[in-house]
Amino acid sequence: MFEGIPLTWFLILATVMFFIGIYGFLVRKNLITILMSLELVLNSVNINFVAFNKLLYPQHLEGMFFTMFVVAVAAAEASVAIAIIINIYRRLTNIDVERVDEMKY
Amino acid sequence: MTSNQFMFFLFAAIIVIFSILTVTNRRILRAATFLLFVLVSTAGLYFMLRFNFLAAIQLTLYAGGIVVLIIFSILLTSQIAEKLEQPHLMKKIFAAITAIIGGSLCIYTILLFDFKEKLMEAPNTNIETVGNALISTGKYGYALPFEVISILLLAAMIGSIIVAKKRKD
Repeated sequence: MFEGIPLTWFLILATVMFFIGIYGFLVRKNLITILMSLELVLNSVNINFVAFNKLLYPQHLEGMFFTMFVVAVAAAEASVAIAIIINIYRRLTNIDVERVDEMKY
Repeated sequence: MTSNQFMFFLFAAIIVIFSILTVTNRRILRAATFLLFVLVSTAGLYFMLRFNFLAAIQLTLYAGGIVVLIIFSILLTSQIAEKLEQPHLMKKIFAAITAIIGGSLCIYTILLFDFKEKLMEAPNTNIETVGNALISTGKYGYALPFEVISILLLAAMIGSIIVAKKRKD
């Protein structure tokens, strides 16, 4: 318990957020909205890390450091993904995943 | 209900509602704004758990950096007034079934497991502790992942410049 809040509440919140992200990842067609769903997934994992750190192993800061690394990886991933998206847009003038199939054949 | 529980439920409600709006809204710029709300209330959860430095990172890097990057790329690649087309109904149903089955399976497993929670005074998370841990090579030092992440950031920077550069052809 952290001041009246059990660990399972954090984990359930993170699970709900994770699967909302998965839903968006499956349903959306625009590349940028898919990237946004991916950010939701990464963020929910961060909540898990932080809650485990605070409520199960509070003597060290492992969860906090790995959350920092996940945030850095997310930033790197977003920058590369947006560079690729802009390049695709410049060549094909749309970023719909179902219409970006020129390299397929 | 204590005030802490109230704050947790407030943040949880904001996170869940705006996450759903992020993945269902058909105006892409609004979806990005809702993503910003989600990230800011996650920072609120970090503040509640007394990870002040982490919450500051979340606010500056996620809310300030990534969301602004996403909004810029939206402005570069689509019309603001344009609405995304509605996804196919079958696709929606199957995605929702996948999400609900996976989510309920995970929540069921979480509720079955008995977590041994312990409350003790956490080590302080001021900048000095964080900086010393990041460059120390001993136990509970994070020098290696720190170096790896800096190489990754350099590679991502060079890679995104090369990819997004205009080619002369």
